[in-house]
Order: sequence, then structure tokens, then C-alpha cells
Amino acid sequence: MTATEARRPSPIEVERQAFRRRQTARSVLVGAASTIVFAAAIALLILFSPGWPKVQQSFFDPVAWVGAWPRVWDGFLLNLQVLGISVVGVAVFATIIAFLRTLRGAVWFPARFLAAAYTDLFRGLPLIIVLYLVGFGIPGLLQQRVPVLVLGPVALIITYSAYVAEVIRAGIEAVHPSQRIAGRALGLTHGQTLRMVVLPQAIRKVTPPLMNDFISMQKDVGLISVLGAVDAVRAAQIETATWGNFTPYVLAGVLFVVLAWPMIRLTDWLSARMQRREQVGGAA
Amino acid sequence: MSVLSVQGVWKSYGDRAVLRGIDLEVAAHEVVALIGASGSGKSTLLKTIDLLERVDDGRILLGGDDITDPRADPDGVRARIGVVFQSYNLFPHRTILDNVTLGLRAVHRVPRDEATRRGAELLERVGLADHASAYPDRLSGGQQQRAAIARAVAAGQELLLLDEVTSALDPLLVGEVLELVRELKADGTTIVMATHEMAFARDVADRVVFLDAGEVCEQGPPAQVLGAPREPRTRAFLARFLPS
Ligand SMILES: Nc1ncnc2c1ncn2[C@@H]1O[C@H](COP(=O)(O)OP(=O)(O)OP(=O)(O)O)[C@@H](O)[C@H]1O
Ligand SMILES: [Mg+2]
Repeated sequence: MTATEARRPSPIEVERQAFRRRQTARSVLVGAASTIVFAAAIALLILFSPGWPKVQQSFFDPVAWVGAWPRVWDGFLLNLQVLGISVVGVAVFATIIAFLRTLRGAVWFPARFLAAAYTDLFRGLPLIIVLYLVGFGIPGLLQQRVPVLVLGPVALIITYSAYVAEVIRAGIEAVHPSQRIAGRALGLTHGQTLRMVVLPQAIRKVTPPLMNDFISMQKDVGLISVLGAVDAVRAAQIETATWGNFTPYVLAGVLFVVLAWPMIRLTDWLSARMQRREQVGGAA
Repeated sequence: MSVLSVQGVWKSYGDRAVLRGIDLEVAAHEVVALIGASGSGKSTLLKTIDLLERVDDGRILLGGDDITDPRADPDGVRARIGVVFQSYNLFPHRTILDNVTLGLRAVHRVPRDEATRRGAELLERVGLADHASAYPDRLSGGQQQRAAIARAVAAGQELLLLDEVTSALDPLLVGEVLELVRELKADGTTIVMATHEMAFARDVADRVVFLDAGEVCEQGPPAQVLGAPREPRTRAFLARFLPS
């Protein structure tokens, strides 16, 4: 690569650049001003509405906020652990299910059938039912206590793998068939072609929907409170009883939103970028 | 002995016979050009040779082994043959060097260092050394096809199949790809290529095979088949190509 030699821009270009800078500055100012006005209007509306003092007392009580923090935070850490284990489990399990559904040939009919039945069943079954079945069924079956760090992830993995497997399969099918042929022509086996050629391209294509599933998993991890574990939601429930208002729930809610927010922004940005690429023509 | 021997091969799609008893011998270091109208079965023949399509009848021998025998290992056979199609050859998520060395590493179990060394050497030869770490979408069509050809011969394949490797390219880029094919011929690579580039076939091929409606209608040295065709069908086909 050769460095482009430094060239003095023509007066026309200088003028254009100056104009664009002024335009940018202007739109930033307009945006900021309108945001401030808008926020002020809403704040006034809320603060001077007759019900506000009562609402603040029930949902935004600073004392309850600080008091509930330690327990809710500890509970939230449990949610994070369950989430971490589940994400790894879903990645592995969903890929296997998607792989089974791509197998061709009569021998593999049972595997294909089971994989399809699995995705159909668990996409239809509410997570909360799976949680109850796993959470109370497995300990009952084994006749012993099973830690929440096992039960929670098992239920989440079972449910979410069904969705994620379908997304991955859609990605696999969206990879141009000639890529598979090119892989086979090189002497790669079916498995190698899938692993080295098709899957990496498939995952790229379905990254935004995959991330959406991840985001909804971040929220659904709060449902493990039905197992009796003291996670953020259950902790908030306990603290609510202590303080006599609902601020601990708001606190737990804020924690979940803060957890999900970066992922949501990232997903938005990625989808927008991919869409732009497609419009430009993109890679072959 | 022939590198490739196609013996009475039939292939149908539905009830339409696309290959109707094809016989073709290709000797070591020979370059054979397949010509024929669109739909005459050139691509289908190349696909049956690479076992991407199964023959309905007849046999194909590669280096004396019957590769159409159901007991033959298709992955092993494909590893011995290099193929380049018209387009969509390279893996878009891998760098050019990775594309070229993937077969060496994954199929031929060459250690990574060794594969990288050989890949770099090969890219140097095809004039793409500067692009080793680029992704395919950063290359021109001609550069992509040259990389695809490099990948197809990277493991020292016995036979190279080229299916209209220049037909998706700008006329300006055709030359560089054909130049590479010419170099491979000079190195002694055995090549079967389907092409619409009559001038190139005349120039580089040792033999031209004219396919018509799934049959070998006429074959021989390029000067004879293209210059003084014996069969009326060959003449009719060429008349459309070389109007004069
Ligand atoms: N997968 C398929 N299913 C059904 N018919 C097919 C299939 N592949 C090819 N054909 C048919 O077989 C015939 C021969 O096709 P083939 O691709 O071999 O022609 P070709 O000589 O390579 O033509 P071209 O010069 O246009 O590439 C065509 O009529 C085509 O429609
Ligand atoms: Mg063709």
C-alpha cells in the first residue's frame, strides 16, 4: 500500500468542508436544545402532578433503595452466574441440534426427526412450565436436593436451544450452496465443510437474531426465582416486605435493564451495519 | 496410462439424458478443452468426474482406480482432483492464504507452518503475495479466480478441472487468468477445462472435444477441430462462434 501524497484541497472542497462542519454543529445544537426542552416539560409534568409524592414514596424511596441494595445485588450475581452457564450451554447444544437437522441420508432419519420434534416442542412450551418441571421434577426424580446453579441453566438451555437451533439452521440454509460444493470439491468431509466453511458464514448472517435471543435470555434468567433461589427478583420480593414499598422491585428492574442495554445497543448497531452492507452490495 | 478415463458415462436429470455415453481419455500432462453449446453437458461431465453428481451408467477411472465404484471413498477422490467453477469459489470468511492452505491442512494433514510456507510460495507464483492476508471481497474477479486456481492445485492434485473460469469476468481480467492456466500447463498439470474462449482453446489445449447434446461429437487437435471440422454439427456450432 502506498501512502497518498499530501495534496492541498481546492478552495471548493475547503468551502464544502466548512459548510458541512457548520451543518453538523447546527444539528447538534438543535438536537440538544430540543432534548432539554422536552425533558424539562416531562419533569415538570411529573413533579407537579398531584399523585407524584405518593408514587415516589411507593416506587422511588431512596432509603429503601440503599437498604435493599446488598441483598438484591447478591441475588443479581446469582442471576449472572446462571446466565453465564446457560449461554455456553445453549451455544453448544443449539449448534448440535442445528447440525442434526442438516444431516442427509436415510440412516439419520431418527436424528433429524428427534431434533425437529425437540425444536417444535420447546418453542411452544412456556419457559415457566419448563422451570417448574425441571425445578421440582428432577429433584423429585433423584430424591435429593439439586443446586439452582444446575436446575436454572438446565431449564434455560432446554428452552432457548430450541429457538437458537432454528436461527442457526436458517443461517446454514442461507449460505450459498456453491460454498458447500466448493468445500466438498476440496476434499473436505460433510462435517469439516459444515464446521470450517458453512457454520462460520451462517453465524455471521444470523448474529442480530442470535443477539436478540441472548437479550431475552438476560431477562428470563429472572424467572429462576420460582425455583425458590434468592436471585435478584426473589431478593426484591423479600426486601419489599421489609420496607413496605415497591422500590426494591424497581431496583432489580434497573439492574436487569443496565445489564441488557449494552447488548441492545450493540445489536441495533450491528443490524444497521449489516443492512448498509447489503445495500452497498456487500461481500460475495 | 491415462490419468483420466471416462467410459460410456450416462447421466439424466429426470427423464432428460444430459450425458449419453461419453468416452474420454486424458493422458498425463495433457490439456483438454471441452467446447459445446450451452446445455450440451460440459458442466455435468465435470461434476460427474469430481463425484459431485453420480453417473447413471458407465465408469470413470482416475489414475486407474474406478472412482464410480460405490466402494470408493468420495472425499479421498475429491482430494486428488482440483476444481474451479465459474464463480463463488473462495470462502468469503477466510483470508486468501487461509483459502489456499485449508485443503492442505484439513484434508492432507500438512502441519500449519509447512502449509503456510507452501501457500505463500504458491501465492507468490500466481502474483498474489501482497494479498495473502486480504479477504476475497477485497480482490478483483480475476485475482479471486487466480486464488481459486492456486487453491485447487495447492496439494499437488493429479487432475485440474476448470469450468468456464473466465466467463464471470470482465474481458480485461480474462487474460490474467488464462495466463495462469498457460503456466500450469507449462508445469505439466493435467487439465480438463470447459470453455467458451475458442482462441484460448486453440492456443493452449492439446486436444479439443466438442460435446453436442450429451455426446462427444468430434475431437482432435485444436487446429483440426476448430480450423477444419469434419462433422456438420461442429461446423454449425463454430459458425456461430467464429463468424467470418
Ligand atoms: N441439477 C440439475 N437438475 C436438473 N437439470 C440439470 C441440472 N444440472 C444441469 N441440468 C440440465 O442439464 C443440461 C446440461 O447442463 P450443463 O450445465 O452440463 O450444460 P453446459 O454444457 O455446462 O452449459 P453452459 O455452457 O451453459 O455452462 C442442461 O439442460 C441443464 O438444464
Ligand atoms: Mg456449464
